[in-house]
Amino acid sequence: MSEQRKAVALISGGLDSLLAAHVIQAQGIHVEGINFFTGFCVEGHTHAIRKRDQKKEKRNNALHVAEQLGIKLHIVDIVEGYKQILTHPKHGYGANLNPCLDCKIFMVRKAHEWIRAKGFDFIITGEVIGQRPMSQRKETMPIVSGESGANDLLLRPLCAKNLPLTLPEREGWVDRDRLYDFSGRSRKPQMALAADLGIEDYAQPAGGCCFLTDERYAVKLTDLWRARGSKQYEMDDIMLLKVGRHLRPAGRYKVIIAREEGEGKFMQGYRRQYPHLETVSHGGPFALIDGVVDEADVELVARLVARYSQGRHADEVEMAFTDLAGQTRSLRVRPMRPEQIPQEWLI
Amino acid sequence: MNRHVIDCRRLLCPMPVIRVQNAVASLPDGSRVEAVCTDPGALNDIPAWSRINGHRLIETRTDDGEYIIVVEVVHGESP
Repeated sequence: MSEQRKAVALISGGLDSLLAAHVIQAQGIHVEGINFFTGFCVEGHTHAIRKRDQKKEKRNNALHVAEQLGIKLHIVDIVEGYKQILTHPKHGYGANLNPCLDCKIFMVRKAHEWIRAKGFDFIITGEVIGQRPMSQRKETMPIVSGESGANDLLLRPLCAKNLPLTLPEREGWVDRDRLYDFSGRSRKPQMALAADLGIEDYAQPAGGCCFLTDERYAVKLTDLWRARGSKQYEMDDIMLLKVGRHLRPAGRYKVIIAREEGEGKFMQGYRRQYPHLETVSHGGPFALIDGVVDEADVELVARLVARYSQGRHADEVEMAFTDLAGQTRSLRVRPMRPEQIPQEWLI
Repeated sequence: MNRHVIDCRRLLCPMPVIRVQNAVASLPDGSRVEAVCTDPGALNDIPAWSRINGHRLIETRTDDGEYIIVVEVVHGESP
């Protein structure tokens, strides 16, 4: 009896990777999934924060796909290694701060390291030629396989017939005739294949899974880098870019004001790491200060935050400011009027 | 019985899953991992991760705004 071959499938949680893994499983290959966490994944995060999203299903799509396929899933934290990819992408950015091609190469490289360590035979991705304008084109397919080091150990079952033979096909581990020749941006072939396979429950396909493709997010990240004078970030930075209203009254600091109760609760988890303000005399948002502030700045921030409180029309609002040492003091301020807030403060 | 408490408070999914996964990897069969989370998504994600990787879900409960998930380690045979 021939040895059972083993493949690892990059599972994003979308339809393409689900289909790719399914197609290879159907050929008798033992498949396990791998999912990479960059810190910028939309998955789960924002739904868990905002109160208005509390009723949304908090399902991790990669785990759900693995469960549908009946395969193990290994979630790998690549936050640290990803910093270099995001800050210095060899192949540049897409429409916003999305380094899609470098990201794909990095993930396949990580998967290649993983299969060598675990004794697996090859790698599967759900890539389709022409599906994505930056990372999934005819010209980028060999770049991903070559620069990742995976070379012919990388098999794309959904478009394999449009590409050169890979090792699993040459060795007969996988029957090329039972692979596909999908190409282009249309989702119809994948949806038809899903229907043929009886797969009805899948996440809405294509895009939207990474904050770096979001224009508003990219503007806030660019502002952070500009203010710090270098392209550096920590996990807390990228989490806080996902919540609140961000305003920068001066280069040396910005204010993050919760837009609703869920965000406020989430941001309170950072109260020991950042100076912060709360509204005492009225209902009002929680706010964090990221940067260095003096007395005059605190007064200005208090007036700014009071503008977003229920006391916005009052003559005076009482605020509580807590510094990094944990010392809290009270301020009585007149809320800013909307026309007093320069448009350029809004990030 | 070994019981390992993992503080996943203030972490958003999938970080609690990754913390549990990394703890489980180095523990022998029968050990129990108790994840203390504040992201309600963990109530779905950690049980799902346990099911697909063959570990045994012992308990999920909510306690004063925290979500506690207890998993028993079962390392299956590799193919």
